[in-house]
This record gives sequence, C-alpha cells and structure tokens, in this order.
Amino acid sequence: MAVGGDTEVAAGDAGSTRAEPASRDRVRRKRSLERALPVLLLLPSILAMGVFVYGFIAWTGWVSVSNWTTFVRDLSFGGFDAYTRLLDDFRFLSGMRNVIVFTVLFVGVSVVLGLTLAILLDRDPWGGPLWRNIFLFPLAISFVVTGVVWQWLLNPRAGVNLLLDRLGVETLPMWYVSTAVVPGWRWGQIDLVIPVALVAVVIAAAWQMSGFAMAIYLAGLQGISEDLREAARVDGASEFSIYRRVILPMLRPMTITIVIVLGHISLKTFDLIFVMTGPGTGYVTDVPAVYMYESTFRANQFARGAAISVVLLVLVVLLMAPAIWARNKTEEASRE
Amino acid sequence: MKRALVAVAACALLLAACGDGNGEEDPLAGLDANGDNGDNGEEPAGDVDPEDPDTVPDDAVEIFSWWTGAGEEAGLLALIDMFESEYGHEVVNSAVAGGAGTDAQAVLTSRMQAGQPPSSFQIHAGRALLDQWVAADAMEPLNDLYDEEGWWEVFPDELLEMTTDEDGNIYSVPVNVHRSNVLFTNTQVFEDNDLTPPTTFDEFFEVADALEAAGVTPLALGDNESWTLLHTWETVLLGTVGPETYQALFDGEADWQSPEVVESFENLERMFGYINDDHSARNWQDAAQLVAEGEAAMNIMGDWAQGYFSTDLEMEPETDFGWEPTPGTDGSFITVVDTFGLPEDAPNREGTLDWLRVLGSVEGQDTFNPLKGSIPARLDGNIAEYNEYGQDTYNDFQDDSLVPSLAHNSAAPPNFTDAAMSAVVEWMAQRDAERSAEQLEQAADDFLR
Repeated sequence: MAVGGDTEVAAGDAGSTRAEPASRDRVRRKRSLERALPVLLLLPSILAMGVFVYGFIAWTGWVSVSNWTTFVRDLSFGGFDAYTRLLDDFRFLSGMRNVIVFTVLFVGVSVVLGLTLAILLDRDPWGGPLWRNIFLFPLAISFVVTGVVWQWLLNPRAGVNLLLDRLGVETLPMWYVSTAVVPGWRWGQIDLVIPVALVAVVIAAAWQMSGFAMAIYLAGLQGISEDLREAARVDGASEFSIYRRVILPMLRPMTITIVIVLGHISLKTFDLIFVMTGPGTGYVTDVPAVYMYESTFRANQFARGAAISVVLLVLVVLLMAPAIWARNKTEEASRE
Repeated sequence: MKRALVAVAACALLLAACGDGNGEEDPLAGLDANGDNGDNGEEPAGDVDPEDPDTVPDDAVEIFSWWTGAGEEAGLLALIDMFESEYGHEVVNSAVAGGAGTDAQAVLTSRMQAGQPPSSFQIHAGRALLDQWVAADAMEPLNDLYDEEGWWEVFPDELLEMTTDEDGNIYSVPVNVHRSNVLFTNTQVFEDNDLTPPTTFDEFFEVADALEAAGVTPLALGDNESWTLLHTWETVLLGTVGPETYQALFDGEADWQSPEVVESFENLERMFGYINDDHSARNWQDAAQLVAEGEAAMNIMGDWAQGYFSTDLEMEPETDFGWEPTPGTDGSFITVVDTFGLPEDAPNREGTLDWLRVLGSVEGQDTFNPLKGSIPARLDGNIAEYNEYGQDTYNDFQDDSLVPSLAHNSAAPPNFTDAAMSAVVEWMAQRDAERSAEQLEQAADDFLR
C-alpha cells in the first residue's frame, strides 16, 4: 500500500507538473539559484583566502625549511636548520622574552585602565560623552604616529624628562634607551625578566589601546540592567561588592574579547617598535616581527625570516585558541 | 607623509651607511636618540616620482641615489650640470631621501624586481653590489668602458677588485671614498692635558687613563643604532689582526675563532671601559658632539664625521679637531666607496654610459668630492681642491693597504653582515668573546666559504 501511495503522490506531482510546466521549472530554477547564490558570492573570497592566506602560509612554511639564505632564490629543501638555530639565537630569544613581557604588561595595563575608565564613565560624570571621546581618540591614530610622538615624549634628553628635571627629580629615567633587565636572572644566553626599556613602549601602546578596552567595557556595563544592581543593593551589598560579585563576573566575555584582540595585536607588534625604538642596544626592545623583517629584507635570510613568521603564527594560535574556546563556553553557558 | 615616517623609522633601525646621508643632519637632531633627521620626505623637483617609473621620460637619463643632504646634493647637482653641458642629455635626478640610503634601496629593490631599473643607481662597492645585483644578473659589465677610458690604471687595484666578479667583469664606476677607521680627537683637550693622540692600543690605554684621571670621558660612543658597534669593532679587528688577516677573514680563508679575533673583542672590551655612560641613548652625531664640546676626547667614526665637524659645527681641521687612524691601523685604510653601475635594460643606455664617463673623470670627481666632503676614488685627483683633512686622507689612500668595510656592506654579503651584527650586539650585552667568535665562524662557514 505504501508503495502505491507513494506512486500516487508521485503521479499527482507529475500531473501538476504537466499542468503548469513552465512555472514549476521557474521555481525549481529559482530554488537551485538560491542555493547556489551564497556559494557563488563566497567563491571569490574563498579563492582569495585560499590563495592569499592559506596558500601563503604554506609557502612561508616551505620557505622556512628551504635553503634560501641569499638574495638569489633557492627553494630546495634544507631541513629545519632555521628553527634549531633560533633556539640558540640571542636576538630571537631576547625578542621572544620581550614580546611575551610586552604582551602581558600591555594587555594587563589596558584591561585595568580600560575597566577603570569605563566604570568611572558609567557613573555619568560631568561632561561624560566628552571624556569618552577623549579616551577614544588615540584609537584613530596609527601606531606609527603613536611611536613617533612617544619617542619624542620619552626621549631621555627631552619631553617628559625636562619636566621631571624641573621638578627636581635627581636620577632621570632612561626610558626606552635603558639597557637594564630586571631582576636580571641569567637564563642561557639572555637575561630575564623585564627589560626596563619596554616600559616606555608599554606606556605608548596602552595610551593608544586603553580606549578600546574602555569602549568594550562601557558597552558591557551599559548592557547590565539597573535592576540587578538594585536587587543587590536591596540584599545589602556594598557598592564595592556589587562590582566584585555582580558586575565584574558579567563583564567576563568583554575581558576575553579584549584579551584576544589586544593579545594578537601585541604578539605581532611591528610598527610601534620599528618607529619608536628599533631593536635597541642589546636587543632590549627587539620583537620577533622586527627580527623577521630585518632577516628577510636586510640580511636576505629568507629561510630564517619565514621560520620566525611561522613561530609567530603558532604563538598567536596558542593565544587565540584557548581564549576563543573559553568564549564559546561562556556563550553556551549564557544561552542555557 | 607615509614615506617620511618609514624613512624616520628605517633611519633609526637599519644597518645604514650613514656616510651617505649625513649632510642634512642638523646639530639639534642630537636631541633625538634615534638619529632621525626629520627632513626625509622631500620629493625631487618636477613631476618625477622615483617610485613610479612611468613618470620618468623615456629618453632621459635617470640617476638614482640617496644624495639629498646639503653637501652631497650640491655635489650631485654640480655633476649633473657638468654632464648636461658636456653631453646634452636630459637628466632626471631621482634622489630618494631618508634612512641614509635604506629607503632608496627598498625603492630600488622593488623597481629592479619589476624590471624597471633606473638608468644608473648609487651602490656601495663590494658585496652589496656583487652579491645582490650582479648575482641576480641584473647588471651589465663595463669592461669596454674601462678599456676605452683607460680606467684600469687610474683606480687602486683593491677598489677595482671590489666591483669585479670571479670572471673578471667589472660592474660599476667608483665616485668617492670615505674612510671608516678614523679616530677623531678634540685638539684642545689633548693640548690641555699635554697628551698626544694615540696610534696603538697601548698608547690608547695610557692616554685614556690620563684623560680619565683629568675628568674627561676618554672615548665617545653612540650605539643607539647598532651599526656603530659593528663599525667600531671592525676598526679594532683590523687594528688587532692587521690588513692581510682582515682580508683573509672576509675571503673565508682565515679562522674566525682564532685567538687574534678573540683578542679583538678583548681589546674592544678594554676600550669600552672608557666610554660615556649614556652611549645607548646617543647616535653617531651625538657621540661626535661630545668630542666637539670637549666633554669627550676621542671618537671612532667614519670620516663623514669630518663633514659633521667642519660643515655643521664649523670647526677648523687641526686647530679644533684632529684625526689619526684608529689604534693599530696606521697604514691601513677601510674604504666605504660609492659607485654607479649600468643595469641591464637601462633606459637610454648610451646616455648612461656618458654619465659614467663624467663620474669616472678627474674633473667629475674633483667637482663632486670637495662638496660632499669625501676624497676622489681616482689616484690622480687634484689635491689642492680639498681641505687639510681631505689632503691628508688622500695621501693615506694612495699609500695604505685598502680593505673593505663590513659595517657598510662592502666586505661581506648582507647575510654575513647581519650575523656579525648580531654577534657584536650580543657581545655588547653579554661580553662573551668566545661565543661571538664561534658565531662568526659559523656565519663564515655558511656565507663566506
């Protein structure tokens, strides 16, 4: 019976098709077009991504294991020399130390400053929107401009130090030309942990990007309903514990977003360092991205440049993957 | 604007042959620890953009350089005048300012890769020329021109070798020579303390002790840009091992881990016991300024510092500042040489050959060099055209053994220079001479042999 029924339906279909063949065709064509359209629209960007992102990642990977160490291109396989040498490379290890220290300090300072500013602005101070704009403006500037301006401001013989000198400060800070590394533990070839010169770079970077953290936190704060705070107040919570126990936990997704965005910018830092300090005496302000650039375009060490790029890519993935995973968890949790 | 900023950055960073971009430096630039000169973005006159070859008229002779500073630009324009009046070709002066040449080299690289070379371009003699453009088959040999003009005899053999490949083809015409191993002194400071400028390491340490006791910084160093470290070390290396071994090291025939090379680091370490505390905050001009002001007594720098002293700071050679070869290098001359060549498929090939004729001529060299503050590369220049420093150096140039500079890309290919730079910077931070020598030996194995 079932078979018969099916046949009937099919026959009915066939009948109606026969009845209005043209419009049926049109519908079918329209449906398949609807299904194909997204693919067609995505195709150019899929192709472009395939070639210009993943294709070139693969190409960079290949160059990093090639013999290409002079101006003349040599793409024959040369083994993993470029990588193993990085492990004993004073400049590379210094750069890794610097970029990790820089990332932790820069992201940390931006988060704390951004959160503080956002909480203050959220309390609707006099001139509120004006302040918000003032703190957001640095975002509109490129790191190159930031680098130049802060290079002047933190020059040991100009800028801020002239002010400090007038205020009677005895030992003026050397800012980004300091060669000190505190506390100076020797680890293999390099000194750990914090090169003092990086503090100047962190100041510049945080000046520029704290506004971004503030904007994200502000949006988050404004999404927290007043009822929640009221409820907490009714329960007898102090203002401090409202922030600590109610508001901060609710801002967690914002924090994750900020860490992801600022973290990967920071790991790939090039322009700010390139413009503001350069690799510095003893490579106290060098970062892998600058080393990559100079290896490739100045020293013609294409294999080493590519190897550094690959290491940077892995580093960014290592930072992003847990953060994105954590955010997905949070989102799932909030949906449930 | 963008270019200007990149230029600012590049100047601060890259291993730059600062001998060729310094004319424009303003003493106030001393404020700036990174050596920016702030005036980098100017475009050449007219509507020609060196970055866009389509703006260059087809039949013109396009001359590409980074000579935009006061003295060097004057010299270049004088040469162009001479060329135009003698040969009647139309000339386009594509000078790319900024970064003491590093910006120009980036523009040049992109144009060469696109197959749109300028008619002729400025390049340092040595590995910078041979290992990049000649190795990439981008240059035309100039043997016929040398035959025709009889140039094989008028340039020193060491210079000719620096622009000649293994097959005996020569690829460029040297225009000027700077010396890199010069110890500049403040004459007054030495007179006040009744001292004679040192010529050996032992004398150097004696004098330095006396100066220190007198409260003067013996040696000024500005290593905010790392090339000055490499520059200083190469002079100490030459002073320690002598010119034959120095040359053999770069030819890949000597051992970089030899006790002599290690000793060069030890000499450097002892010398660096006498430097100014704020060396990491200073660039080369700031360091030279310490000598000019009498706060420091000596400074090791290439003789573009002479241009800085006499042109920018208006000091008198001999009465205000003195010079000696750096310790242990009497009789040796580290050269930094600007040359011009003929790229394959150069626009207006005939005109370009005429340009090279002007560059290589006695008149051309004696027109350019007094303005630029360098000495002619020819051995028969007119010595009366130059100041005391130039005359003295020109005499040395004729008699001394000439060796190429590492820090200025003549002695070794860029990959070795870069490795040496890392080794020296690491040494500066960690003072491990054995390890630095080991790295140099490794790099020599990789890139020199």
